[in-house]
Amino acid sequence: MGKMTIEDLARIRDAARYKIALRQGAGRVKINVHMGTCGIAAGAREILTTVMKEIESRDLHDVIITNSGCAGLCSQEPMMTVEVLGEPAPVKYVFLTADKVKKIIDSHVLKGLAVKEYALALGSETTR
Amino acid sequence: MAYRTYLMVCAGTGCVANQSMKIKERLEAEVHKRGLQEEVSVVTTGCNGFCAVGPLMVVQPDGIFYQLLKETDIPYLVEEHLIKGRPVKELLYTPPTEKVPIPKMSDIPFFADQTLLVLRNRGLINPEKIDEYIARGGYEALAKVLTTMTPDEVIKEIKASGLRGRGGGGFPTGVKWETCKHAAGDKRYVICNADEGDPGAFMDRSTIESDPHAVLEGMLIGAYAIGSSEGYVYIRNEYPIALERLHVAITQAREYGLLGTKILGKDFDFDIRVVRGAGAFVCGESTALMASIEGRPGEPRAKYVHTVERGLWDKPTCLNNVETWANVPQIMLRGSQWFSSIGTGDVSNDPWGGSKGTKVFSLSGKVNNTGLIEVPMGITLRKIIFDIGGGIKEGKKFKAVQTGGPSGGFIPESLLDLSVDYEELTKVGSMMGSGGMVVTDEDNCMVDMAKYFLSFTQTESCGKCIPCREGTKRMLDILEKITAGEGTEEDLALLEELSNMIVESSLCALGGSAPNPVLTTLKYFREEYEAHVKEKKCPAHACRKLITYAIDPAICLDKGHGCHVCAKNCPDGAIVGETKQAHAIDPMKCNKCGICYDVCKFDAITVE
Repeated sequence: MGKMTIEDLARIRDAARYKIALRQGAGRVKINVHMGTCGIAAGAREILTTVMKEIESRDLHDVIITNSGCAGLCSQEPMMTVEVLGEPAPVKYVFLTADKVKKIIDSHVLKGLAVKEYALALGSETTR
Repeated sequence: MAYRTYLMVCAGTGCVANQSMKIKERLEAEVHKRGLQEEVSVVTTGCNGFCAVGPLMVVQPDGIFYQLLKETDIPYLVEEHLIKGRPVKELLYTPPTEKVPIPKMSDIPFFADQTLLVLRNRGLINPEKIDEYIARGGYEALAKVLTTMTPDEVIKEIKASGLRGRGGGGFPTGVKWETCKHAAGDKRYVICNADEGDPGAFMDRSTIESDPHAVLEGMLIGAYAIGSSEGYVYIRNEYPIALERLHVAITQAREYGLLGTKILGKDFDFDIRVVRGAGAFVCGESTALMASIEGRPGEPRAKYVHTVERGLWDKPTCLNNVETWANVPQIMLRGSQWFSSIGTGDVSNDPWGGSKGTKVFSLSGKVNNTGLIEVPMGITLRKIIFDIGGGIKEGKKFKAVQTGGPSGGFIPESLLDLSVDYEELTKVGSMMGSGGMVVTDEDNCMVDMAKYFLSFTQTESCGKCIPCREGTKRMLDILEKITAGEGTEEDLALLEELSNMIVESSLCALGGSAPNPVLTTLKYFREEYEAHVKEKKCPAHACRKLITYAIDPAICLDKGHGCHVCAKNCPDGAIVGETKQAHAIDPMKCNKCGICYDVCKFDAITVE
């Protein structure tokens, strides 16, 4: 590019800022996909990909996506835990499908309304 | 698609020397093999600081810290952590005195007790990508300065912050800038001193390696303040990674028009040239450094006229150290009040009235967590060595810490609660220096350590003035004599006399501070010197000519059954005895290397 102006500086900063924020571990929401052997066998990889795609397509920059091992409820996989900053407890979702993931992101991540019918229990675990 | 996970691989000199680039390649290969390349990004960063456990990597956003990585660990790590979401316990850090590993970087005491200001971007950005620096607020300070502040306002802000030179002298930066701005001359220069030469010091190298743009931005702001259009970075040629990243940073800044003419569309021109130094310690001295840039031999001159008045090519020149420059953008961005709230003293009326901000130290020697740290001014030495540094290696006893490199002094245990700031360190005979911190334990002989540092300054003396050239040589001769058991009590008095003479009459600070290690050890560890000259003994058992090794025949036979390991390992064939017999050392043949002492599993060997 040619000579930079102060506006260019702000543009570059904003474009790269979210990427860097994630590296610092800063985020409003943390989605943890459970990926033990059981989870993977039940389709957790597909769930993880869906989560990433949906976050991307909604242009969300404050969501940390991470994965963890088996949560001990192998029969209800694939599972994920959604933790929203400021909410009293994280929510664990079970028997996930791509459609359920979309709905959870629209409702829980965007509006702060947990999708009760997909949830296992409220307040079962903290990941940070 | 955006990445879900970043693998931040340390690419500082320490980790690179331990093959971190191979780790990085292997990680990339494994990530590809597992089809994760759309989700996981491998990033190389500058020095993370915890050099003791490199090669290392931090997994973000989880903040999991992996240490001592080997290429062969990588496939397992990728499968476990990135696919199954289970941190690999065996590769996590465990403090030396504990058994349970600490997964998160922010929970490790080494990191938890630091305050990052100069090193705020370390491990978070790829230093070779200007966009990542900008994303963390880079060049925002420059934009603010160019659009909203006059040069005088910039100087006022720096003065109010209480920032003082981080290269060793501790001269108030704002005062220096102001004098330089008002000095008579048609052209002015700014210089970044990156000629870091102290043994055991690597602050400047690591700062440039992890965040080169912070240094450039600081220089840009300084140039605007004093009215300069030309700057130099003087850096040692033996810092290949720092040099490379500096070149990359300058090229990228030029491409963006952040160096050159009409910067950010304003009426401000500035560019930077890099000059490589050949590695002479004296070239870290400002006048010698400028002579070297001009192409003359690197020798200092008497400073009746300061370099801010007549420096490079006899023009007003503002020279600051790497760390000083790197502080500048943060001060402009966050304000002098924020900066002066960190540290000791009060600088509101007197620029020398306190030590503000943070200081970067390279912690080395006999401490568990060697590495690069940044701490607020006023922290105690005890906290640095025992909390951040994790205490002394192998549970041994702390003896002294050398601050300020060969120009500084040794500080004993009784002064460990000293506040780390310019004034306090100078009061006890040492100095802040550029920030080297070498820790010694009970096995180090203080006479021998003083001799080591003095032999360094003696070798590096440029020879221009007699006190330094001849004086340090004579001091070294005396120390050689003492460590060989030939010293007398008069020698100690002579050492002190010579030291004071050199301090008072040397041309530059190299000579003026060279006797400090000797003076402080004489002051705090005089009994060790006396043991050497009176009893001809080295209490730490470090001076070879003053010790003898012997084998306790009873232990050798009863416990070790004459195992013969010592005899097998002795390079001089000085150990006599057959297997299943008690062994003995032939003092005529023994070279006192101590190998037998180290290999004996039964503690049958004694040293006196």
